[in-house]
Amino acid sequence: MSAAERPFDPAGTGWSARLHVVTGKGGTGKTSVAAALALALAAGGRRTLLVEVEGRQGIAQLFGIDPLPYEERHLAEAPEGGEVRALAVDAEEALLEYLDMFYKLGAAGRALRKLGAIDFATTIAPGLRDVLLTGKVKEATTRTSGQRRAYDAVVLDAPPTGRIGRFLNVTAETARLAKVGPIKTQSEGVAALLRSPMTAVHVVTLLEEMPVQETVDAIADLTALGFGIGKVIVNGTRPPLPAGRAVTAAELKRGLVAAGLPADRDTVAGLHDEARDQVIRRELEDSLRADLVELGLPMVELPLLPDGVDRAGLAALAQALVRAD
Amino acid sequence: MPSEDAAPQLDVDQILADHGVKIIVCCGAGGVGKTTTAAALALRAAEQHGRRTVVLTIDPARRLAQSLGLTELDNTPRQVKGIDVESSGGELHAMMLDMKRTFDDVVLQHTDPAKAAEIFANPFYQAMSSTFAGTQEYMAMEKLGQLHARGEWDLIVVDTPPSRSALDFLDAPARLSRFLDGRMLRLLLAPARSGGRSMFSLVTASFGMFSKVVQKVLGAQLLTDLSGFVAALDSMFGGFRQRAEQTYRILQARETAFLLVATPEPDAVREAAYFAGRLRDERMPLSGLVLNRVHRPAVPELDAEQSRVAAERLTELGGHEATVDVLRAHAALARQAVREQQVAARFTEAFPAVPAVSVTAQPADVHDVDGLRTIGAAISRP
Repeated sequence: MSAAERPFDPAGTGWSARLHVVTGKGGTGKTSVAAALALALAAGGRRTLLVEVEGRQGIAQLFGIDPLPYEERHLAEAPEGGEVRALAVDAEEALLEYLDMFYKLGAAGRALRKLGAIDFATTIAPGLRDVLLTGKVKEATTRTSGQRRAYDAVVLDAPPTGRIGRFLNVTAETARLAKVGPIKTQSEGVAALLRSPMTAVHVVTLLEEMPVQETVDAIADLTALGFGIGKVIVNGTRPPLPAGRAVTAAELKRGLVAAGLPADRDTVAGLHDEARDQVIRRELEDSLRADLVELGLPMVELPLLPDGVDRAGLAALAQALVRAD
Repeated sequence: MPSEDAAPQLDVDQILADHGVKIIVCCGAGGVGKTTTAAALALRAAEQHGRRTVVLTIDPARRLAQSLGLTELDNTPRQVKGIDVESSGGELHAMMLDMKRTFDDVVLQHTDPAKAAEIFANPFYQAMSSTFAGTQEYMAMEKLGQLHARGEWDLIVVDTPPSRSALDFLDAPARLSRFLDGRMLRLLLAPARSGGRSMFSLVTASFGMFSKVVQKVLGAQLLTDLSGFVAALDSMFGGFRQRAEQTYRILQARETAFLLVATPEPDAVREAAYFAGRLRDERMPLSGLVLNRVHRPAVPELDAEQSRVAAERLTELGGHEATVDVLRAHAALARQAVREQQVAARFTEAFPAVPAVSVTAQPADVHDVDGLRTIGAAISRP
């Protein structure tokens, strides 16, 4: 392993991989978590790259900026002089870049696009599309300039749990189609990186039934496919209630009176209902949390952001990600 | 004043009771409760409105599937037992989409068994029928077309795939037929038609260049497979396109009602707004927005700040720990409700004429028929 390929652990953050693949069920906030992780790992003068591959422009929407091009761009300053760059990988652009690199296509490449050849090539073989996308991620992860790596870490906002196994398992998908040639070589190189200790797959979930189920399923799939799982990231958690027990209506009424709040029947009944729902919810969350603990993987809990994910919210998530260790 | 009140109220019962509505399509981002909403609406249509209903689900949660009696992925509607249809006379059938099997069926319908076997054995077909981006979307449309053509149900409720983008669902038929009908494919077909002499005999200079690259990059075996796949599918082009167009027209017809499903989260609302725009552009009938998992404090008069201040006062006083918990939880709930209204307002502002209904968040997840019934009632009588 050369110096450029050695795994690192910036400032002992507990995030020891170089390539962080962040997946999760739709709606769990995986883009926000990926962005926060890129920020956290860039802190202290480092440089990270945040990559998206599904053409959703989720990063641009999260940061409230114009759609990202197929080009590494400055995205945000990280604390203490770090930098996060962003890239939206597009399969067609990646194919052209790839062909150009190996075959010096130039204007012929543009002609191919006009013919629909590129669209065709990436459509006919979805595995090819994924090789191109992951290939670009690999290139950015291993790129060096002089003695230094271009990026201290690369964070991939990956496809959701339902598609992640197939997406990462590029060799299997392409092996069926391409038995020899550079595509095969390329996919093998990508597969080697994705299965090495340099890569960790993190799964984002909420304390809700479906996301937790998908998390458990995805981790089983990914493990069977030989990928290294990093952390289970539980998003949107709430601090435990200090008293942590059911309240009686009489108790509640006394409390409201003491606080100088209205303590009429409707108010007491309404708040009592809220408290009951809260207890049901918390119990469900506790049992789901226990299911996740049973996975035996490092777990990070991120707080629910009451005002949504704005820049301050991202900074809070970034802090929570590294503080957890 | 809740922002969703600015939009007209969506009356779901009116849609379910309208025998002119034959198809309800639920669409929206992943993770917003589309499948549950579709199943709840279908159950209500059968139980309350006496309709002979079928719900087409895509990748439902295991326990929800079990509650509908869906234990295997067999691609055929099964009647759901143990529901309350005695007084209404309705029926509920449910099925899970098997993407590959649906694709296989389409191939079988359009070609002879020998050719079908050849297609099934081709690695490109195998890759495409199970992984092609858009295949699931396309096959959902195909299945919808089939169910509709059978004429056995008077209401079909469709859940849509959790696409990377909501647009995939609408674009899939066009994309697939563009793909099957494209210039590239005809170029690749040239050898099959000219007796297999040269793969790229009649092409432009740049394409000649491309063919060299393709041969180098992909290898000759791959090109042979591809050419075989394309030649075998050639006979089916017309059929594919025709079916895609038919389904598209059904979606535009008055018998169809699109329901957008979202949660009051920025991504989900953005996706819903995007979809609403697309439906408008495609002249497809949008009936309304179902906003799931909306948090509503039971005591709206007590706002977040009052509640927080009171909790602090009680903490200082001591002896009211349980009430402090309740007030803190209420403050968080009230704050969340305000934020959710702001997020939901983004949709309402962009599409003020689209009726909307808010469904209060359930404390626990739904995975049985009783739960679906509760959700159905909540959608209908918020």
